Amino acid sequence: MSKQITFSIDGVEVKGKEGQTILQAADEAGIYIPRLCYMEGLIPHGSCRVCTVIVNGKPQAACTQPIAEGMTVENDTPELKEHRRNIIDMLFIEGNHFCMFCEKSGNCELQAVAYRLGILSPKFPYFFPKKDIDATHPDIFLDLNRCILCGRCVEASRDVDHKGVFEFVGRGINKKIAVNAEANLKDTNLAATDKAADVCPVGTINKKRTAFAIPIGKRLYDTKPIGSEIESRKK
Amino acid sequence: MSENLQSEIKVICQAYGNDRTKMMDIVLSVQQKFGQVSSEAMDLIAKCVNCYRVEVEGVVSFYAFLSKNPKGKVVIRLCNDVVDKMAGADAVADAFKKELGIDFGQTTNDGKITLEYAPCIGMCDQAPAALINDEVITYLSTDKVKEIVADIKKHYDPSKLKHRLGDGNNADDIVHSCVHNGIRKKGPVIFADYKKEAGLKNALAMSPVEVINVVKTARLRGRGGAGFPTGMKWQFTRGAAGEKKFILCNGDEGEPGTFKDRVILTERADLLFEGMTIAGYAIGAQAGILYLRGEYAYLRKLLEKILKERRDKNLLGNNIFGKKDFNFDITIQMGAGAYICGEETALISSCEGLRGDPKTRPPFPAQKGYLGYPTAVNNVETLCCAARILEMGAAWFAEIGSKGSPSTKLLSISGDCKQPGVYELPFGIKVKDLLKEVGAEDAQAVLIGGPSGQIIGPNDYNRTICYDDLATGGAVVVFGPERNLIKIAAEYMEFFVEESCGYCTPCRVGNVLLKKYLDKILAGKGEPQDLDLLQELGESIKTTSRCGLGQTSPNPVLTTLKNFRPLYENKVKKYPDGMQPTFDIRKALADAEKIANRQSVIYTK
Repeated sequence: MSKQITFSIDGVEVKGKEGQTILQAADEAGIYIPRLCYMEGLIPHGSCRVCTVIVNGKPQAACTQPIAEGMTVENDTPELKEHRRNIIDMLFIEGNHFCMFCEKSGNCELQAVAYRLGILSPKFPYFFPKKDIDATHPDIFLDLNRCILCGRCVEASRDVDHKGVFEFVGRGINKKIAVNAEANLKDTNLAATDKAADVCPVGTINKKRTAFAIPIGKRLYDTKPIGSEIESRKK
Repeated sequence: MSENLQSEIKVICQAYGNDRTKMMDIVLSVQQKFGQVSSEAMDLIAKCVNCYRVEVEGVVSFYAFLSKNPKGKVVIRLCNDVVDKMAGADAVADAFKKELGIDFGQTTNDGKITLEYAPCIGMCDQAPAALINDEVITYLSTDKVKEIVADIKKHYDPSKLKHRLGDGNNADDIVHSCVHNGIRKKGPVIFADYKKEAGLKNALAMSPVEVINVVKTARLRGRGGAGFPTGMKWQFTRGAAGEKKFILCNGDEGEPGTFKDRVILTERADLLFEGMTIAGYAIGAQAGILYLRGEYAYLRKLLEKILKERRDKNLLGNNIFGKKDFNFDITIQMGAGAYICGEETALISSCEGLRGDPKTRPPFPAQKGYLGYPTAVNNVETLCCAARILEMGAAWFAEIGSKGSPSTKLLSISGDCKQPGVYELPFGIKVKDLLKEVGAEDAQAVLIGGPSGQIIGPNDYNRTICYDDLATGGAVVVFGPERNLIKIAAEYMEFFVEESCGYCTPCRVGNVLLKKYLDKILAGKGEPQDLDLLQELGESIKTTSRCGLGQTSPNPVLTTLKNFRPLYENKVKKYPDGMQPTFDIRKALADAEKIANRQSVIYTK
C-alpha cells in the first residue's frame, strides 16, 4: 500500500499515491491535463511539452514530474492554454498535416487536442518540409509528413516488442524517425500485431487495408472531445 | 575494401571491449579511419556491440563531427560564429571557396578536402579561426587561406601545416598549436601561482564530509552559468545510494564567445585534475571522466600526458598519496561537435554512448547519473576553485569577490574591444569598469553570458557581474556602435536552431520560427504584430522547453526586444492594403506552373 499524497490542481485538492506523476494522479482524479506524447504503459517521453503545468511557480511536464505533498499545480490557466496552443501550432506547421483527407482524422490525438484547445488554423507560417513516405512493408505504411516525434513507436518497439524497429536520427529540426534497416520498413521485422504498430497518435504509422473500416463521423473524437473519457472519472 | 572494413571495425570495437556504452569512442575511431561511418560500418558496429543498427545511425547523425557520407581526408571547419564574422570570416569563407573550388558542405572532386562551417570553436579572441581536422588555425585572412590551401595540397596532413606557435603549453611539442592563451588578467584563484597538490593533501587529511563542508563554507557555486552550490551537489551525490559513483568534468564549453576553459585546460590541467580527485574523494567516486569537446582535441595528448604523470606520482591510482583505500582515476571522453552536450544530462548521455539528448529529470544526476549511478557533473573552473579552496581555506576564498558571489570569475572577452582575451576578475565588477578594462568604452551593446544570457545596452552598464545580477558562465561579447543588433540576434538564433537536439517541440520548432520572424524583419517586411509574436513565442519556448537550451535560447531576441526596442520598431511597418508582405504569388505558383507546364495568365508578375 503506497503512501497517499495530497496536493492541489487549480485549487482543487487531489489525492494521489506516492510514485505517481502529476498526470497519472490527475487522470485518476478525473482532471484532464492536455497531452500528446504520453501513453499509459510506456515510459513518459516528456517531449511534446503540451502537458506543461506550473508546479509551485515553476514550469514542469506533468507526465514526468512526480507528485509531492502539498504541491500547488496550475493547469487550466489562460497562460498555459496559450503556450499549449503555440506548441500544437508548432507541431502542425513543422510537418504536413492534411486532416481533411488523412485516414486518421477523428482518431488523431493531435487533431483532437487542437480542437479541444480551440485551434482552427495555426497562426505561424507553414514550413512545408519535404518528408519521406515508406510503403514497402506489406501491412504497414509509414508517412513522416504527419510524425510529431512523440517517441511512442521507438519505445514500444524497443521495450515492449524487443525489436528496436524505430529510432530517432538527426537532430534539431532535422530530427526524424528512422527504421532499423538500410532504408526500408520492409527490411525490418515489424509485424502488424506489434505494439509499435498500434501506438502512433497521428497518421504516421498506418495499417494498410484498415483506413476507413470505421467511417468518419463515428470515430473516437467525432462525438466527444479528447479528455472527456478522463473527466468522466470525476467523482 | 568490405573485408578490410569488417576486420578493421572488429579491431576497433574489440579495443573498446565491444561495449555499447563506448559507442562515442568507436564511431569516432571509425570516422577517423575511414572518413565516414558508412551504412555498412553501422551494421558491423551494431553486430559487434550487440545493439540495433538504427541506434548507431541515431548516434552518428547526432554529432557534427560524425557522418554517414564520406568526407575528405582533410576537413576544414571554418568557425562562423558572430564574433568570427565580425572579424571577417565571410571574406575568409569566400577565399576558401575560391582556393578549393567548392562550396561549404562539399568535398573536392578528388575526395581529399571537405569544407564546412562550425559554430563557435572557442577561439573568439583570435578570430577568424578554423579547425583543420584537429589542428586549430587562428587569425585567418584571405592571404593566409591561400597559403594554407597550397600547403595542405602538398601533403594532405594538417599536422604538417606550417604555422607560428602560441605561448605557454601551446608551444609544447605535444600540443604544437598556434593558439594563444590570451591571459589578460591573472587573479588570485585560477591563474595565481599555487602550491601543487596542497589542496589534495589537505583534503585527504580530512573526512569526505569535512571536505564537502569546507566547499560549502566557501560558498562555491558552479562556474558554468547555472550557479548551483557545489558543496550541495557533492553532498547529494555522496548521500545517494549506489555501489559506484562518478565525477564528471564538463569540458564542453560551447557557448558562443566562451573560451576560458580552453586556457585552463592548456595551463592549469594539473589544478583541474587535482580538483577532480578531491571531488572524487568527497563524493566517494573511484572514477572521473573529463568530457572534452571535440573542438579541443588538439589538447588531448597534453591532457593524457599530465594524467600519466599524475599516475606515475601516485596522484591517481590506488591508495593515492598513501591514503588507504582511496582509489581514483580519470579518463577522457571526447565529444564530437554538439553544443547540447554541455548540458549536464546530455553530457552524461554522450558519455554513455548515446545521442546527446538531455535526460528526464527527476531523477537528477546526483541520484541517477552516468550508467544509472550517482554522478556529480562540475565545470572545469569550478573544480579548479575547489582545489584552491582546499589549499587556502574557505575563508580566503569567500573573502574575494562580492557578498553573494564569492571569489573570482574567468571571463572570455571578445568582439569589438581592444584587448580580447581571458580575464580573471572578482565577482561584483561593474560592466562599465569591465568595458574600460578591455578597451571598449564606446560599446553599443554587450552580451553577458553568451547568447543564452542577455544583450544589454548602456542603461545597464552600471550593473554588476555576479550570480544575483548579471550571471554568466564567462562569455562576454562586445558590440561596437556600427553593429546591427537584430542581425546579430538572428545569427545567434541560427546557432540555436543548429544546436537544438530536437527532442522537445518548443525548442525544435520555436527557435526556427524566431529566426524566420527576425529574417522577415531584417528583409524589411516586418509588421508591428511580428514584434508581439516574437515576444509571445519567446516566452512559450522559455516556459515549456525541456532543458536549459530551450529555456534560454530565445534570450537574444527577448533581451534585444527589451533593451533595444526602437531598433525593431524602426524596421517594421503597417501594410494597410491587408496584403502579406512576405507573400510572393509568382513564387507560390511556381511548382504548380511547372507541373501544368503553362503559366498563369492572371498573375504574370
